Amino acid sequence: MSAAPAAASIAREWQRFTPRQRLTRYAFYLFAVAALMQSLRSVEIIPEFLEDMPEQVADLFTRMWPIDWNYYPTTVHAALVETLHIATLGTILSLALAFPVGIMAARNIVRWPAVQLFAKFILVSSRSVNSLVWALLFVAVFGPGALAGTLAIAFRSIGFVGKLLGEALEEAHRGPVEALTAAGAPPASVFLKAYWPQVQPSFWSIALFRLDINIRESAVLGLVGAGGIGTALDDALSLLYWDQVAMTLLTIFAVVIVAEIAVTYIRSRIL
Amino acid sequence: MSAASRRNPFPVNWPARVAWVALAAYTVYAASLFQLTWTRFLTGIDNGAKFLDRMFPPLLGKWDLLWVGMSESVEIALIASALGVVLSVPVGLLAARNLMPGWVTWLARGLIALCRSFHPMIVAILFVKSVGFGALAGIMALVVSSIGFIAKLFAEAIEEISLKQVEAVRATGAGFANVLIMGVIPQVLARFIGFATYQIDSNLRNSTMVGIVGGGGIGATLFTAFQRFDYDFVLTILITIIALIMVGEIVSGWMRRTFQ
Repeated sequence: MSAAPAAASIAREWQRFTPRQRLTRYAFYLFAVAALMQSLRSVEIIPEFLEDMPEQVADLFTRMWPIDWNYYPTTVHAALVETLHIATLGTILSLALAFPVGIMAARNIVRWPAVQLFAKFILVSSRSVNSLVWALLFVAVFGPGALAGTLAIAFRSIGFVGKLLGEALEEAHRGPVEALTAAGAPPASVFLKAYWPQVQPSFWSIALFRLDINIRESAVLGLVGAGGIGTALDDALSLLYWDQVAMTLLTIFAVVIVAEIAVTYIRSRIL
Repeated sequence: MSAASRRNPFPVNWPARVAWVALAAYTVYAASLFQLTWTRFLTGIDNGAKFLDRMFPPLLGKWDLLWVGMSESVEIALIASALGVVLSVPVGLLAARNLMPGWVTWLARGLIALCRSFHPMIVAILFVKSVGFGALAGIMALVVSSIGFIAKLFAEAIEEISLKQVEAVRATGAGFANVLIMGVIPQVLARFIGFATYQIDSNLRNSTMVGIVGGGGIGATLFTAFQRFDYDFVLTILITIIALIMVGEIVSGWMRRTFQ
């Protein structure tokens, strides 16, 4: 080694990223800025509407203000109960449907790649269709009402529950499984006594987490005719009874907050 | 044989069993409320078959309608994500309890809770009333939900940082801005990018839906096609939306790998 290269390497400027990494980053910045500029140029925004906003918001609140408390006992209460049933029943149904899919997706239980691919396909397609779209599809099949909403919630949740359940099963320890297999236990017993006790806490935690999300989502399904409190909201909106809209929104707000607190509390107890 | 060896290794867990029965009873009760009967199921299957029959083959004629709607959805998602990410940074910093005085964090936390508690569709309805039909209402609704998600997780991430580095930077006599830039941001940047890319995906999904309530984008076209029973066009729109979401996930995955 001559002295010159060593001196050069000491004097060399240190950089955090390789040239390739830097190039990718700059390419990304360029891409993002270009996409944003193009969007801002072509999106149709009417500036007059934006100027009008404070006035409209003031108008919204004056129309909302004396909240129509009477709307709660006459309409909102029944719709709220229906929403809660949609969310709970939809979650239960999705757990039942996602259980086999989750098992199929777990690489340590099912060893056939074809089955895993099939499970992955179910999980991805369930997640990429929005719950409102699922609701529209089921309204077309079963007619408007809570049944369509329940199925929409259930089908939308399969992807979420199945994916997390599959991951929980993959993390299960081999020890109990091998012990039971060595004792000659049939596959059903191995699952029930080796895998299930290990995944049970995460299973209930996933279920509660999804229930919390589903309570939020089931509140809007009524906008496309799938039952629940969204129906009361949609009726009040189309009649422009903003005081009734305010009552419905207040109810949704209260339920979402209560559900979140309850779910957080229960999760902290079981985990 | 001793008593211990004869003991059942898997004793019956009575509370759990009662809970399962209660769950089953609730399921039956709730299903009966929704008139989920066998005949209704069969009619539904029949309807479903007709529905699928009308969906296939997907309609390929209305390209310009599809293009206008989809490009507006993408524009809504991009602008809302950019604004949402930029606005989440100050809101998240203000909500972090280890950096800010108590009353500031309570204000910021209240704002975040308000942004989080309503579904983007409901927020979109309120913005449609405030700024009229069109993309602007959709953008504002998605900005609100982005702040609710990113700022909340960002604040939680900041609260988990190690304060040693912050103290070290402060000991050099750095001002507050320098403490943030050199002490706090490097510790949370990777997680922030994770939340932001997740929210970009989520915004892309929701931007295809806000049109149902008048917030601009493909949702309006989709809902109209449903109401006019143009199920073949519905299928075309759905396939395009799913393709768009998958492309979005690939791009955001690329973004996450580049920046983490």
